[in-house]
Amino acid sequence: MNDLTPTPEERTAKLKGLGTSRKRVEDARFTQGKGNYVDDIKMPGMLHGDFVRSPYAHARVKSINADAARALPGVIAVLTAADLAPLNLHWMPTLAGDKQMVLADGKVLFQGQEVAFVVATDRYVCADAIELVEVDYEELPVVTDPFKALEPGAPVLREDLAGQTSGAHGARRHHNHIFLWETGDEAATNQAIGDAEVVAEEMVYYHRVHPCPLETCGCVASMDKVNGKLSLFGTFQAPHVVRTVASLLSGIEEHNIRVVSPDIGGGFGNKVGVYPGYVCSIVASIVTGKPVKWIEDRMDNLMATAFARDYWMKGRISATKDGKITGLHCHVTADHGAFDACADPTKFPAGFFHICTGSYDIPVAYVGVDGVYTNKAPGGVAYRCSFRVTEAAYFIERMIEVLAIELGMDAAELRSRNFIRKDQFPYHSALGWEYDSGDYHTAWDKALKAVDYAGLRKEQAERVEAFKRGETRKLLGIGLTHFTEIVGAGPVKNCDILGMGMFDSCEIRIHPTGSAIARLGTISQGQGHATTFAQILATEIGLSADSITIEEGDTDTAPYGLGTYGSRSTPVAGAAAALVGRKIRAKAQMIAAYLLEVHDGDVEWDIDRFVVKGAPERFKTMKEIAYAAYHNAIPGIEPGLEAVSYYDPPNMTYPFGAYICVMEIDVDTGTHEVRQFYALDDCGTRINPMIIEGQVHGGLTEALAIAMGQEIAYDEIGNCKNSTLMDFFLPTAVETPHYTTDHTETPSPHHPIGAKGVGESPNVGGVPAFSNAVHDAFRAFGLRQAHMPHDHWRIWKIANELGLHG
Amino acid sequence: MGKKMQIALTVNGEAHELLAEPRELLIYVLRERLNLTGPHAGCETSHCGACTIEMNGKSVKSCTVFAAQANGATITTIEGLGSPDNLSVLQQSFREHHGLQCGYCTPGMITRAHRLLQENPDPTEEEVRFGISGNLCRCTGYQNIVKSILAAAATINGAKEAAE
Amino acid sequence: MIAAAFEYHRPADLKGALGVLAEYGDDARVLAGGHSLIPMMKLRMASVDHLVDLQDIAELKGIRVANGRVTIGAMTTQHEMIASADLSRAAPIMAEAAVQIADPQVRYMGTVGGNVANGDPGNDMPGLMQCLDASFTLVGPDGTREVAARDFYQSAYVTLREDGEILTQISFAAPTGGYAYEKQKRKIGDYATAACAVQVTKAGGKVTSAAIAMTNLSDTPVFSEAAGAALVGTTGDAAAVKAAVTAAVAAINPTGDNRGPAEFKRHIAGIIIGRAITRALSRA
Repeated sequence: MNDLTPTPEERTAKLKGLGTSRKRVEDARFTQGKGNYVDDIKMPGMLHGDFVRSPYAHARVKSINADAARALPGVIAVLTAADLAPLNLHWMPTLAGDKQMVLADGKVLFQGQEVAFVVATDRYVCADAIELVEVDYEELPVVTDPFKALEPGAPVLREDLAGQTSGAHGARRHHNHIFLWETGDEAATNQAIGDAEVVAEEMVYYHRVHPCPLETCGCVASMDKVNGKLSLFGTFQAPHVVRTVASLLSGIEEHNIRVVSPDIGGGFGNKVGVYPGYVCSIVASIVTGKPVKWIEDRMDNLMATAFARDYWMKGRISATKDGKITGLHCHVTADHGAFDACADPTKFPAGFFHICTGSYDIPVAYVGVDGVYTNKAPGGVAYRCSFRVTEAAYFIERMIEVLAIELGMDAAELRSRNFIRKDQFPYHSALGWEYDSGDYHTAWDKALKAVDYAGLRKEQAERVEAFKRGETRKLLGIGLTHFTEIVGAGPVKNCDILGMGMFDSCEIRIHPTGSAIARLGTISQGQGHATTFAQILATEIGLSADSITIEEGDTDTAPYGLGTYGSRSTPVAGAAAALVGRKIRAKAQMIAAYLLEVHDGDVEWDIDRFVVKGAPERFKTMKEIAYAAYHNAIPGIEPGLEAVSYYDPPNMTYPFGAYICVMEIDVDTGTHEVRQFYALDDCGTRINPMIIEGQVHGGLTEALAIAMGQEIAYDEIGNCKNSTLMDFFLPTAVETPHYTTDHTETPSPHHPIGAKGVGESPNVGGVPAFSNAVHDAFRAFGLRQAHMPHDHWRIWKIANELGLHG
Repeated sequence: MGKKMQIALTVNGEAHELLAEPRELLIYVLRERLNLTGPHAGCETSHCGACTIEMNGKSVKSCTVFAAQANGATITTIEGLGSPDNLSVLQQSFREHHGLQCGYCTPGMITRAHRLLQENPDPTEEEVRFGISGNLCRCTGYQNIVKSILAAAATINGAKEAAE
Repeated sequence: MIAAAFEYHRPADLKGALGVLAEYGDDARVLAGGHSLIPMMKLRMASVDHLVDLQDIAELKGIRVANGRVTIGAMTTQHEMIASADLSRAAPIMAEAAVQIADPQVRYMGTVGGNVANGDPGNDMPGLMQCLDASFTLVGPDGTREVAARDFYQSAYVTLREDGEILTQISFAAPTGGYAYEKQKRKIGDYATAACAVQVTKAGGKVTSAAIAMTNLSDTPVFSEAAGAALVGTTGDAAAVKAAVTAAVAAINPTGDNRGPAEFKRHIAGIIIGRAITRALSRA
């Protein structure tokens, strides 16, 4: 050792490993316009495909005449359900145990539904040909209200399910009913509520919205008839699942299907499921022998792809008069649209909604969810929701506020009184979850202190008085949220997507000169996996993250994984990465011991090397070990240095956070201004603080949009009112406030590096924070509950109905 | 199908001549005819700005320009703003300050930021937010984009002062 | 996303443009900045067989301020108007309004002519032109005529411009006194939920003139004589402002849409008009 020997700190820093704000490797290509997204793909002879779509929400399709379209020069084919039926592809199974039409089969069930697929030599001819397809529709009565859909005389939507009194999730009690899913103890819950000193009851509606990633969905399908191999490039958040599904649908064996997710311009759950566009492109490619590209327009995306939410949540919460919660009852009317295509693990038709006891120690609870068909696009589980956790968090954080009103209590204090205590973890909730770890009181106290909560309440009280005296027309709202969410799906024994257990994987190969390539079963859509997974591995194996290439998304090379959504990449694939790193280290230890001529147990790991215990000047770095793995003949040890880990998580993880939104509301115009937004997140071990902060900013902005104006609404005949970005609210930089982020760190005890995942927390916690701020501003004037979105006119309506317009 | 016309464009300093229907959109001429896939299409109603390029010194949404209209124009796309050996200050700053995640809005955003700093070399945060209000982002919440642009401005202005 | 095919014309001068319009009648449309027309064509909601691009016609450009009169060529962009020092001095309300239209990219291409000529009730310039008592120059096969902005709009997308005419310039007397353009919208880039343009002059503590016009609150812009009259001769106190607002709101006829129902828009209109008047008076 001498002055030139790097210190442990220097050696650690050189790794750019766990916990560092390593700059992203992806940025080089993205900032130079050299990303590789699906629409960038060009193949020789490639054709363009696009859909004729229904303008009606419910109609018989009497006839389709594509003669004029086919006659247009440059049009290669026009596919209808009649063409797909012989292949049994006119319908396809959904991820939720239902089936959906690929192309209109006798009728259409939502506005924008796919009716015919036109294939042409370029996008211009394709657009012209679509206009020439004549479809004869006979309109049918429309139902867009899920409550009306369950009435006795409601229109029949799913004629294909006629007479079926049960579906994938049990009994169906009405032709528009999908399932009733229940958990918890209803009798005990009703008892507790019946006996309670205080009960608050409310209907909390989480309206329909849409993830709207900036890049729409699309694919390029290319059937190579010479080699019998299908290649499918596309916007897939779960490429391996798409491959398995494509194999089942097409009959082509999986080894002859290559699915590639290239760069994806945002997913947010919109790109998990299989869409008619993918199926039609595959068929068109097989039929024409040419590659076929399908890229949807924004209107197509908003009208026909996986929407999010649309949960009517009727809650009853009971408490002692001192504010100790004694029970929670929730019944949900879930509007799934025309087909149940929810991207949920198969045993959970309502996802993980039963996390709705939230951060609170509630002794008894019940959830019942009725799924309903309506004349709207299929979907429901998407948009940074962790499988309905956004709905659950909104529900409980609103019920807490309503209970606080009922009790006449401060809502921050009510939360504090009911938090699960740190010493109660692992905590078994009344609805069956085992929360891994948490320290809610610390987070809450930190948040309240950071915003000077007492000072804000004082300011608010003064403002109410000033308002009453006519000195101001602006109210101040303090929006509180302490959310607990559940991510990292999930243990194979109860979590699967179409039968594939929800494990994930990481495979790594170290090269002779000490760099490496690792592949995972996940796929980044902007989360920076190429940067962060390398950090996990760097810390485990002592090679710099800059020397580790991360690849995802090519099913020919990546180990099987269930993809990226539900914030599962860090909890599941991140664990696989840590464990595969430890497998490498285990073999490296034996090689090091051999090289150092000691026993395996006589060396110990030190940042980037194995050191002989008690003789620190005798060591072998991982780089040296890598070379030896290829160079030396080591008795009993195979050459090479690689490993794979498939990780079946023992449990989900439970990130949590405390968000506080301070909002000014102009009572006369309904406009708002977010004066301050403080977001404290606890995602356990933090892999890259810079990336975590970016995720929080992004998720909070999606939450702002959802709470303050975004919606997918329909008129009485099923016309979508928000099918373009004119009316589908996406905030610009001007409408978006500045966020202050903070954190605590409560590692997950069951995760190899204690990390929980964070991508969806800001949407989970953000929406209740913004919405509660609006509600809180009007609490002093008697407001209990007003449905989102809180756009100008609906805030104005609150003020108007409370008599504040004089 | 309309008949084609001769279109001349100077793009990133290179002259191009091609035959195109008048109705072809500039975004697709760039992406599909000239293989410049930096600018992206994110909507069809001219709202999102992912297609932003520079045309004759103006920030323009290339999805809202016909090829025929662009005949004779001088165009710069993200590909013309920097290269691997010569990254622009903005490109470096976006990486330094995590001003991007999925990258889809990024070419349009940086191209717009470039023109913004020509219009206003020393903007306030509010002016930056207003200046990029024609470019939507779904991933970043804009905060680090704004930080990246302000940092780039400071670097450029600092270098100018040092040179003077 | 893809417009139907059309034939493209790029005349070098006004005569050439008029010639194409005369030849093809209502199968031909002029193209100014394109940011209203092209989106409509891409959605196939506007059908254009012959597109006449005005970008090369020099006489349609330019901002001139002379002898107390402002003249702006129809092909002047919103960006050029905002950047014009002459215009900022002569009529600061123009920049205040222009900067609230759309977004930076659209303002680089969108023209004042395009904004005033197509009769879209959501456009901001028509109401502003009525406030300024502007005159539109229309050139057609039969010659040149002037039409007052206050007469120009008949109903949504229906104006006094004949099919074969081109609006070549707008002009108005450079205003004096206080001004304000107030606009409520859902976000940057949106049309107005309600907008109002006000120019007022005061002398000796009394309002001597007042022009008030509203945007996107009817199927045309609304210039309210009565609202202006309610201010003239008063000190511009709260009662006078209230009277002016009442008169202005009486003149509008908003329709419900995604921004909200008519009742809501009516209320917002009152607030916005009041704020515009108050701000203009403070600058008078």
